[in-house]
Amino acid sequence: MSAVKKSSDYVNPYLAGFCLGLVLLSAYVLAGQGLGASGAFASTLSWLVGMVSPEQVAGNGFYEKYLDPGRAPHPLLDWLVIEVAGVMLGGLVSSLLAGRWRLTVERGARLGAAPRLLLAFAGGVLMAVGAQFARGCTSGQALSGGALLNLGSWVFMMCVFAGAYLLAYVVRRAWL
Amino acid sequence: MNAPLLLNEVIPGEYGLLCALLIGFGMGFVLERAGFGSARKLVSQFYLFDMTVFKVMFTAIVTAMTGVYLLSSAGQLNLEQLYLAGTFLWPQVAGGLLLGVGFVVGGYCPGTSAVACASGKLDALANMGGILAGMLLYGTLYPLLAGFVTSSSLGKQTLYGYFGLPYGLVVVAVILMAAGGFVGATLVERKFAHLKPAEEPTAPEGS
Repeated sequence: MSAVKKSSDYVNPYLAGFCLGLVLLSAYVLAGQGLGASGAFASTLSWLVGMVSPEQVAGNGFYEKYLDPGRAPHPLLDWLVIEVAGVMLGGLVSSLLAGRWRLTVERGARLGAAPRLLLAFAGGVLMAVGAQFARGCTSGQALSGGALLNLGSWVFMMCVFAGAYLLAYVVRRAWL
Repeated sequence: MNAPLLLNEVIPGEYGLLCALLIGFGMGFVLERAGFGSARKLVSQFYLFDMTVFKVMFTAIVTAMTGVYLLSSAGQLNLEQLYLAGTFLWPQVAGGLLLGVGFVVGGYCPGTSAVACASGKLDALANMGGILAGMLLYGTLYPLLAGFVTSSSLGKQTLYGYFGLPYGLVVVAVILMAAGGFVGATLVERKFAHLKPAEEPTAPEGS
């Protein structure tokens, strides 16, 4: 057994996709809703804003939606927050079992660690706004809505790929 | 079966969050196995030499779509009870473009950033911080943006409903499209294989 596992140890993409599809199907069969990720961030952020400056919440439909007691008894007990906690747990267990857990700043060969962290942060800001515009991200819209053949989800999915391909050339030095 | 099981209280509601945790665990585990805890693996999709993102996503969509279709046709799963987000055309076009740009700049999408962070990637932690900051930006600007994000509403729409086609026909069409896409993706990977950087994903310090 080699000490350092290579990326070739990743599972076959079609097998992984099939398993991911079964996870998504089980979410529909159990809970009537698909997978999600961005909503967990929205819920967590709304909770933080409610703690730090509650006056921001009143009259703001975005925060009020996530802090609505009818949605969850506590914003951190929101279905999606718990689900994403599960995602992190699953990712942790899998990476440990595969020998891939490593504290590192992953980046392209030509990019320093500090610019990489800045780009990662900036990308996160853009994605959050995008996910709110679209009412979901790659998990909640593209994957979950895609499987229900939701019209808006398919439009969104095409636009995600379009946006990424359009900008890929501009940021190529960060990755290649 | 009378699914969704939690909504119809076949499984008591107090097990809801346990289900959420288990479903999330499955999602995170599978995404990490596929290599999606790695930003360089994910963005390879956009440089065409490794189309794993496309293959995993579309296999998952086809699998879940077919399962939902078969279970609902057999009367085991009530389609009406499944959460279907409404379609808002222009906000979803703009949101998709923004998320795509953010994906190739940051290296992750929101779900995969959680997976990568859990597998030790500090850049993914920065990405998650960025997502929270973006949510704050959105929340702060929400009074200005609310008009746009609720514009061009088409209601709850499915591809088959919108285009007036039989559900089963669209399911088969998506399966065929995905199969064609997989063949095409493999050809594209071969054509752009020269773009693939050296194997070791992280350059040594100071290089």
